[in-house]
Amino acid sequence: MATAALDQKTSLSIFERMLMMRHFEEAVIRLYNERQFVSHYHIYIGQEATGAGVLEALGDNDLICTTHRNHGHIIGRGSDPGRALAEILGRATGFNGGRGGALHICDPDKGFLSTSGIVGGCAPLATGAAYGIKVKREPHVAVAFFGDGSLEEGIVLEAFNIAALWKLPVVYVCENNSAGATGAQQGGYSTATTAVESFTRLPAAYGIHAVKVDGADAATVHAAARDAIARCRAGSGSVFIEAATLRWPGSSPLWPELATTFDLDQAFDPARIGGPHSDWIRDRDPLLRLARDIVTQRFATAAQLKARDAAARERIRAAIAFAVESPMPAPETALAGVFA
Amino acid sequence: MRKTSYAAAMVEALRTSLANDPHVTLVGSYVLGLGPKRVLMDPIRAEFPDRLYDPPISEAALVSLGAGAAMAGARPFVDLGTGSFSYVGWSPLVNEAAVARYMSCGRLRVPVVYHMLHGLRGGGASQHSHSPQAMLWNAAGLEIVLPSSPRDVKGLLRTAIKSDNPTVFINHARLMDIEDDVPEDDYAIPFGQADIKRPGRDVTIVATSFVVHAALAAADLLAQEGIEAEVLDPRTLVPFDHATLLDSVRRTGRLVIVDETNLSCGVAAEIAAIVAEEGFEHLRTPIARVTRPDVPTPFSKPLEDAITPTAEKVAAAVRRVLKAA
Repeated sequence: MATAALDQKTSLSIFERMLMMRHFEEAVIRLYNERQFVSHYHIYIGQEATGAGVLEALGDNDLICTTHRNHGHIIGRGSDPGRALAEILGRATGFNGGRGGALHICDPDKGFLSTSGIVGGCAPLATGAAYGIKVKREPHVAVAFFGDGSLEEGIVLEAFNIAALWKLPVVYVCENNSAGATGAQQGGYSTATTAVESFTRLPAAYGIHAVKVDGADAATVHAAARDAIARCRAGSGSVFIEAATLRWPGSSPLWPELATTFDLDQAFDPARIGGPHSDWIRDRDPLLRLARDIVTQRFATAAQLKARDAAARERIRAAIAFAVESPMPAPETALAGVFA
Repeated sequence: MRKTSYAAAMVEALRTSLANDPHVTLVGSYVLGLGPKRVLMDPIRAEFPDRLYDPPISEAALVSLGAGAAMAGARPFVDLGTGSFSYVGWSPLVNEAAVARYMSCGRLRVPVVYHMLHGLRGGGASQHSHSPQAMLWNAAGLEIVLPSSPRDVKGLLRTAIKSDNPTVFINHARLMDIEDDVPEDDYAIPFGQADIKRPGRDVTIVATSFVVHAALAAADLLAQEGIEAEVLDPRTLVPFDHATLLDSVRRTGRLVIVDETNLSCGVAAEIAAIVAEEGFEHLRTPIARVTRPDVPTPFSKPLEDAITPTAEKVAAAVRRVLKAA
């Protein structure tokens, strides 16, 4: 796909989504290391350009189903970071009232239907959401975010077949974080265990329009998502986007420490870059990369971006305070609400 | 009142549901099985061609599709065919559909109906004879409906499609041809209301789905011996009508439970536990169960007959219980 360019407004909006994702996730890691909650969770750092680029292209009434690596998607959708953090901390004020936790956050008011912790589970759910959209004759689309590991699950291929047969308005966004994954390079675990050499060939076999993009380039992702959504809205059927992403060094091992902490100044001052993850900071971090692009294109000054960064940090500080101060759910409510 | 078949009564409820709500669709249209009654679906196919989707053989994705569509505001009726195939779709059934409402603290609704045929149907062997309702009962969050009569199937299906909860609607493969009185007008039977199919004073026989008819035949046999058996059909396992069951056992003092799920952790086991915990003082004799034994289903007829709950086995269990007094 040709290199796409973002306009000023879109650039800054995507930057804002990515900033919020990054500060949110650094907060999650800190809160875990402070023993504020007990659970597992999956960090999205390094993949933000993909989620933000796709979410920027969606309308208010479009529907989203995602996978266990979901923090970026819920925050990038514009959902309240305080309620999201509260859910991760198991608080009554969380999006799911503390019944879901990190792996099941949803925000149906924003079309964020489901986080499925079952690998591949979100793809057929989003296909079903698209079926619902079609039955209701609405002009919306459904999006499924999942990792490359999901393509090892048969149910995802079943979903491709159904989506293709019934021309359902669903966009499958596969965030391939295995190719060149940092962990694999360092001899850690590799997430892809597949004989498939090109993931786009799987949906293409069903006749689904399938493209591969650089997932660290927000502009390219955004252009692909816009095209995919337009195809769905036009009734042309489903689209598959493979976004090649790189996982942040902190994603290996599975239980992340803060290997790096976000420092926007590193985008503008190479002298501030150092340490074992210099390559990541200089070349890979999609948020720093977008910040440099924005300044180079004169969409904003470094000082203006720093002001946005400070505002994002402040919103996350408020979200942490809200979550930590929120009450736990009352034990006597544990049995309520299984059925309507 | 006019008599009609179980299959025809079910088609009437489907037709009314499709006509009344444009968000109702059928995913899979051979809901009556592949027997001769399947042609009863033809008028629906003709009347609602854009509301019937004939899906690929992908039970897992179809269960998930139904849940996702319901979350998006549609009301799909998803046919999974023979209950044995539903196991292919077990993960989205118990991990998505059943839990979404609870796990979202009520923010998601999942108004989907999953339909399947269950039971010993004659020659189905071990992969076409399953009765998944006991396992489903062990997965909190699913309404479970087991209509035994033409009148019940029509009224309960209307309730199932209107329900805002995921509902598993299970018909026994051998019920389709049964005929009985069915009102012509539209009606809904609420979930959680057991039905006394035959009143009696000496013993309570609890049965669901096809074995209700074995229980009624047993009651006829026993009546010739002067034993008056009450036949109680819970009609829905979830929600379960505790009150009607306990009231019946309070009057009769004896309980025999008939069921096609396996003995261990089966439907009869749970019903026995309910009465043992909540109505022990009413029992004059131990509870008896007439169920499938804990074996896979054999193919050959004499072997299949050996594991099938029948009227004779039910009557024998009642006689044993009465002698125990």
